[in-house]
Amino acid sequence: MARPAKKKAATGKTPPLGNKERPPEPKRYKAKKEELLDFYKQMLLIRRFEERAGQLYGLGLIGGFCHLYIGQEAVAVGLQSAMEVGKDSVITGYRDHGHMLAYGIDPKVIMAELTGREAGISRGKGGSMHMFSVEHGFYGGHGIVGAQVSLGTGLAFKHQYSGDGGVNLAYFGDGAANQGQVYESFNMAELWNLPIIYAIENNHYAMGTSVERSASEPDFYKRGESFQIPGIQVDGMDVLAVRGAAEVALEWTRSGEGPIILELKTYRYRGHSMSDPAKYRTREEVDSYKKERDPIDRIKADLEKAGVSEEDLKAIDKEIKDIMVEAAKFAEETPEPEAAELYTDVLVETY
Amino acid sequence: MASELKMPALSPTMEEGTLAKWLVKEGDAIAAGDILAEIETDKATMEFEAVDEGVLLKILVPEGTDNVAVGSAIAVIGEEGEDTGGLSAAASAAPSEVEDVPGEGKDVGREESEAAITKIDMPKVAHVDANLPEGTTMKSTSVREALRDAMAEEMRADERVFVMGEEVAQYQGAYKVTQGLLDEFGDKRVIDTPITEYGFAGVGSGAAMGGLRPVIEFMTFNFAMQAIDHIINSAAKTNYMSGGQMRCPIVFRGPNGAASRVAAQHSQNYGPWYASVPGLVVISPYTAADAKGLLKAAIRSEDPVVFLENELLYGQSFDVPDVDDYVVPIGKARIAREGSDVTIVSYSIGVGVALEAAETLAGEGIDAEVIDLRTLRPLDTATVLASLAKTNRMVVVEEGWPVCSISSEIMAVAMEQGFDDLDAPVMRVTNADVPLPYAANLEKLALIKPAQVVEAAKAVSYR
Repeated sequence: MARPAKKKAATGKTPPLGNKERPPEPKRYKAKKEELLDFYKQMLLIRRFEERAGQLYGLGLIGGFCHLYIGQEAVAVGLQSAMEVGKDSVITGYRDHGHMLAYGIDPKVIMAELTGREAGISRGKGGSMHMFSVEHGFYGGHGIVGAQVSLGTGLAFKHQYSGDGGVNLAYFGDGAANQGQVYESFNMAELWNLPIIYAIENNHYAMGTSVERSASEPDFYKRGESFQIPGIQVDGMDVLAVRGAAEVALEWTRSGEGPIILELKTYRYRGHSMSDPAKYRTREEVDSYKKERDPIDRIKADLEKAGVSEEDLKAIDKEIKDIMVEAAKFAEETPEPEAAELYTDVLVETY
Repeated sequence: MASELKMPALSPTMEEGTLAKWLVKEGDAIAAGDILAEIETDKATMEFEAVDEGVLLKILVPEGTDNVAVGSAIAVIGEEGEDTGGLSAAASAAPSEVEDVPGEGKDVGREESEAAITKIDMPKVAHVDANLPEGTTMKSTSVREALRDAMAEEMRADERVFVMGEEVAQYQGAYKVTQGLLDEFGDKRVIDTPITEYGFAGVGSGAAMGGLRPVIEFMTFNFAMQAIDHIINSAAKTNYMSGGQMRCPIVFRGPNGAASRVAAQHSQNYGPWYASVPGLVVISPYTAADAKGLLKAAIRSEDPVVFLENELLYGQSFDVPDVDDYVVPIGKARIAREGSDVTIVSYSIGVGVALEAAETLAGEGIDAEVIDLRTLRPLDTATVLASLAKTNRMVVVEEGWPVCSISSEIMAVAMEQGFDDLDAPVMRVTNADVPLPYAANLEKLALIKPAQVVEAAKAVSYR
């Protein structure tokens, strides 16, 4: 017997998270002049680094896959400027250069890794997607989409287990957000109240597949709802908005409230990787982000208001350019690994 | 008409159990579904329910009786006032013969495995370890207890060690391997997970990268296929990809290989899979002493270790040296039986099959040397080749598939590095190259048997 179709309840609003307390709405961070200058410097460093990496790739000095972070700089800088190096930990996927630079890791050893040299941060054995700095609490650099989410949850477990007061920041994209292990991790993180910030960098495209074509729930900040994990959507093109959200997220996790999700709405100007012609989106779309929402242009306006002159900014541009020239020169000239390195580091111990 | 209640098989590998408690007494009326007794298996305490209604006429096995064989009569049920004379004569803890009508199954509800490998009466071997001080006493210990002791000892010694997995804490382990750990170490260090293999393998790997020493239990390695990405891509490759900067000292452990009558998805040997991956250490012990000593070494290792146990061996007891800190070195094979005529190489449960074959061969004048590889990666080729140089003949025995297997690897090593020592082509005895079937007779046909090993050893000896 046919049953009448049930009327769908009119929702339209985000359902409340049970009776659970929610974090407050983040405010745009009120940065001091020095902080603004610092954010500008870091974002510019990432952009110039990535532009240079693109050039070196074109020259054949960088091989394999190389995923550039241009356009997304405000996310890494806004979030990581709030983290404590040495106490907290960061983990990410394959688009990792920007996240490393935002943690103050030397651009020379990152670039030398991209060119596959002995002096590279992974001795030339990892390449663009696999870089680590345990010293900085930067745990990679993982090439399997979504793996870093479970691994980051493990790092958060470690922070809780050892009572070191640290928080893990696990980055992943809108593409990885559809992987099953993300939800396995959400479940355990909330169940065990782990100190972790899940930062979903929504740049709208998982390689060539748009969010509209791949996500039944395109608002990624809501993806934690059935796990009781609160989520906040953030303008990822504004470093101060991102930093403001980072403050709220850190306060939430450090005070023992458990995991939190930040969805950073951002955009990558380049293709998914160097070999991607990016035909799945229009030039107009890309240009609208570049012209109207560029994170570096945006902070320039804030710097202007804070009384920073055009000259001051030019001096910074020059400083960054010099750092990049030096890094690229180093990465080109420093030698490749010795042949004997082929067999080192497979295992730690000898059996 | 009166009928006997028989000791039920409450797990696929149960052979006997303890009749812990009767919950009914003689003369009680029983309805179907009533709980009659509590029975302890090697894994858990289970309730035994009545299937039929009637009156409990006589209890044949009193409560508290240990080692009651599956299928033996434990009580008589019938109508009130019925005479139990004929039946009570059978009262003993010995198993009664169960008549097996082909196609109907035994009255324990299903057929038992017919495969010899699933029987827990493998040859007992003394554990030979030259490094032990003279006068070391031995303690008979099951593989299950040995594994638990290894974890407990390492957890006492190192705060960073914790155990995580499905049912490891409150349930005391799906196969009771983690029994008692929750009580001693608390829920901070003995952690029940949701059913989420991929997730908790990643959580464990991340915790190891952060500096902890996780022991991740998979209920069986069949389920670890959902997590194999983290075992290989995250754990095994990290040290290399980071140029030696970031380690992943983790142990993934659990039962591997065929159990008994659980069919293809639950019966597979992953030894060859993991042993093919550079960056992993792969251990697959046979004896309880090796299970203990190697698990301790695995937990202490700075490298990621895949530790492949065997469900059928969990209940088997072996002598374990009664010393404070028994650690067996990783990467060293063990000569389980010395001999001079033919070398039989195996690992895990295959060692038992090889030893049984060696006994038969001895009766026929062939003196076989049995090598227990113990570690599958790195492989102790030196011990294998030294034995080959002595015997000039070799058979490899593996409870697993033949193609791209540990046996294939041993045969390649013999060809490449021991060719001049070979008086005959190396032969292998492996499971049939099929998904493991359920039917008892087919399962038996698929699994390795001592008789096949005997035949192969004779063939390479031209006998």
